[in-house]
Amino acid sequence: MSASLATVSYIGATILFILSLGGLSHPESSRRGNLYGMIGMAIAVLATVFGPRVSMAGLPWIIGAMAVGGSVGIYAARKVQMTQMPELVALMHSLVGLAATLVGFANYIDPIAALNLSSAEKAIHESEIYVGILIGAITFSGSIIAFGKLSGKIGGKPLLLPARHWLNLVGLLLVIWFGGVFLHTESVSAGMIPLFAMTAIALLFGIHMVMAIGGADMPVVVSMLNSYSGWAAAATGFMLNNDLLIVTGALVGSSGAILSYIMCRAMNRNFISVIAGGFGTSSGAPAASSGDAQQPAGEVVAVSAAETAELLREARNVIIVPGYGMAVAQAQHTVYEITQLLREKGVNVRFGIHPVAGRMPGHMNVLLAEAKVPYDIVMEMDELNADFPDTDVAMVIGANDIVNPAAQDDPNSPIAGMPVLEVWKAKTSIVMKRSMASGYAGVDNPLFYKENNRMLFGDAKKMLEEVFVALKA
Amino acid sequence: MALMIGIPREIAAGEKRVATVPEVVEKLIKLGFTVAVESGAGDAANCSDDAYRTAGAEIIENAAQLWARSDIVFKVTVPTSAEVGLMREGGHLIGFIWPAQNPELMQQLAAKKATVLAIDALQRMLSRAQKMDALTSQAGVAGYRAVIEAANAFGRYFNGQITAAGKVPPAKVFIAGAGVAGLAAIGTAAGLGAIVRANDTRAEVADQVKSLGGEFVKVEFEEEGGGGGGYAKVMSEGFQQAQREMYAKQAKEVDIIITTALIPGKPAPRLITAEMVQSMKPGSVIVDMAAERGGNCELTEPGQAVVKHGVTIVGYTDLNSRLAKQSSTLYATNLFRLSEELCKTKDGIINVNMEDDAIRGLTVIKEGVITWPAPAPKLPAAPAKAAPAPAHGHGGGGAPASGGKTAVIFGVAAVLFLLIGAYAPAAFLGHFTVFVLACFVGYMVVWNVTPALHTPLMSVTNAISSIIAIGALVQIAPPLTEGFDRPDGWIRGLAVAGIALTTVNMFGGFAVTRRMLSMFRK
Repeated sequence: MSASLATVSYIGATILFILSLGGLSHPESSRRGNLYGMIGMAIAVLATVFGPRVSMAGLPWIIGAMAVGGSVGIYAARKVQMTQMPELVALMHSLVGLAATLVGFANYIDPIAALNLSSAEKAIHESEIYVGILIGAITFSGSIIAFGKLSGKIGGKPLLLPARHWLNLVGLLLVIWFGGVFLHTESVSAGMIPLFAMTAIALLFGIHMVMAIGGADMPVVVSMLNSYSGWAAAATGFMLNNDLLIVTGALVGSSGAILSYIMCRAMNRNFISVIAGGFGTSSGAPAASSGDAQQPAGEVVAVSAAETAELLREARNVIIVPGYGMAVAQAQHTVYEITQLLREKGVNVRFGIHPVAGRMPGHMNVLLAEAKVPYDIVMEMDELNADFPDTDVAMVIGANDIVNPAAQDDPNSPIAGMPVLEVWKAKTSIVMKRSMASGYAGVDNPLFYKENNRMLFGDAKKMLEEVFVALKA
Repeated sequence: MALMIGIPREIAAGEKRVATVPEVVEKLIKLGFTVAVESGAGDAANCSDDAYRTAGAEIIENAAQLWARSDIVFKVTVPTSAEVGLMREGGHLIGFIWPAQNPELMQQLAAKKATVLAIDALQRMLSRAQKMDALTSQAGVAGYRAVIEAANAFGRYFNGQITAAGKVPPAKVFIAGAGVAGLAAIGTAAGLGAIVRANDTRAEVADQVKSLGGEFVKVEFEEEGGGGGGYAKVMSEGFQQAQREMYAKQAKEVDIIITTALIPGKPAPRLITAEMVQSMKPGSVIVDMAAERGGNCELTEPGQAVVKHGVTIVGYTDLNSRLAKQSSTLYATNLFRLSEELCKTKDGIINVNMEDDAIRGLTVIKEGVITWPAPAPKLPAAPAKAAPAPAHGHGGGGAPASGGKTAVIFGVAAVLFLLIGAYAPAAFLGHFTVFVLACFVGYMVVWNVTPALHTPLMSVTNAISSIIAIGALVQIAPPLTEGFDRPDGWIRGLAVAGIALTTVNMFGGFAVTRRMLSMFRK
């Protein structure tokens, strides 16, 4: 295959990738979008393998490596449970990060790569390697930690080292300083020392960054790591003078950045404060900040599953607000059974999804889709927030902060200004929770004390099953 | 010279309505008109000659004289050719004409050099026209009366009761077609305490059905039935099949069926077959409001109430006449509203202004020239579909940043670009161009992704980011390595590891996305 043919194939692959992302804008076109992605990837890989830059001697190695990697990947994709999607995605980001690091090192020790370069070009090339490895290493270690947190192997609480902002700053300065050293080294072996040092700092930085971020901020972290894996690919593209990598990396990078932005906006926080970690730390420890917030007054009214069923049976309009609790309890299938039953009775049941519900952007949507809930009754917050006054029953399943009226009413609340689902405006709201414990933000929820609110305590799945049985009777 | 409005007695068999009532006569006189009423015109609608006289109208003994003297004639039913023969040359006529069904009448009227306003030709989607909409007012009355007829023929209560003599279940009423008549029937039946279900081919009326206390029964088949202008259209065979099944099921369950399904210019659709009638409980009632146009029920006998298979089938075509006073009053008001539009100067002189959308639509003959059909109204015919909510995206690209912030961003970008332009070599700039443009493409494409698909988006971009495999592939065994001091073993090891890692991602990412997307269903 000639060089031009390979280039043309790359252009084709690029177009297919863009179409792929575009196809995901709607559920109906999304399957085609995924297919475009696969075809684009196949074209890109084949054009490279049979292109001018790979000799046939490498073929057995390539086939071997791809066979091993491919079977592991497909096995994982088949086995993974939908509730484990955030972990899987995080783990996969780490692989991209690690691969970017490895490719960077391989490129650095390869003398052909830097052949015939002027000194300015060589400096640029080396800084590309340096940046590529840096981003790759941060992505790798950060994703590993995110994976650990999401799968529960590492505690979800933010780890707040003293003076952590200073630690990060020192790390950054060291990276820049080593970068300067790296660019002025004469030989490859001499350059290895600053390169390794930087890699170690980057790995530590990735670990430290994600460790400091708590469970509920995970949607931001996951989409940010998604973005990083794209930038890593783009940096590799610069390093290898490969436009396909640059374009694809930029596509992925900007998509991840947009997702992060959307998630941050949904929490009414800026990106820096999420990444800087902790929550409400600007005003001391999380618990302390609720001290100056208003204490909710009123009485908590608990109900039984049978009473919940009764409320649902008499309702005409029901909105269900799922949260991470539904995912933890694996209650999505029971939720759907109840939904189906109510819909058969002519009740208008819809789902209200807060952008940061769950641990990953779109987490709730995937779980509900798995349970076969039709996507046209699954609404975004903005689509149905105005409908709560006409709603008879709003059922909150394992969510807390995203339905907290304090975000609107109480300017001293740590979550003040965060957009929330206005479930308290429904005629009756039912909150399903394990206990009266406060949410991730450590803020008491005045919703629980509202007159029209009922609490249904217990494991979401078990309670919903009881509700389902009572509804059927 | 003020014009004279003439109200002849309706001569169609069984027609009890009259085109105006004494209360409205007073209002017409206030507009500057003089009003003449044929003797006995209002008798069947409980409006005596004396009442008209008290209101200020002149009573004229015979029809010929009334038609000859009137400048404007108000009628209810379509005039007969004998009536048109009585009409004055160059006179005005306002009433139901149905120009499409009565071409000969149109010719005859045109020959009389008449100006004719057909109340049935009103462009109903104009909100200004609603007060003149006689089709709606008459259909509403008919829908009410249909329920009363059903209650009359039905041997039980409508509402469920628990009495000392035992528990009475509520009657179940099914209403086919939720147009004006159907909605009026739903409201009336629900008001009497029955359980009301209704169906319509136009899915958008479901909310209206619910608002009146009815339950909307869906046909399990995807097709949109709005035919424009608020009417239904003929549906596909597949839909009709599904609809028949639904009707058959309802027929077995309910006590009363009221059918109102009409398609403009076509015979009424056959919704209730003889077998469905047979499957109904004895004592059930069907009221077929489409009887005049052939009936929605196969066994309907137009104009009659018959008992077949133990089911009373009411096919009255004169439901409006059975509530003559109410129908007449509403119709008279519609015509009065029209008169107001025609006579804005309130001096008893009318101006048939063809620039006015509402008047233009009504006018089917202007001074002997047939002007029907009117051009399509300027307003959209189906506002229900006009405004699809901005369903996805996030406010279409987010709120624009404030001016100062934008300036800062542009400033920083400009400095950055200057630095790059000053120091970077040309080869780098080519790649940099591609990079920046790709960032923008990504930004544009991703903004349109619905939030529901964020997780699949992440897993697909993750799969795509394994494009980094290319980087490893080109390192594994490049040609022309001879003569270089290249640590082949190391590079190959790193590259093979890189390929293996990225292919995990590549295959796993696409496979898991596929799995996820296949779960999304409507």
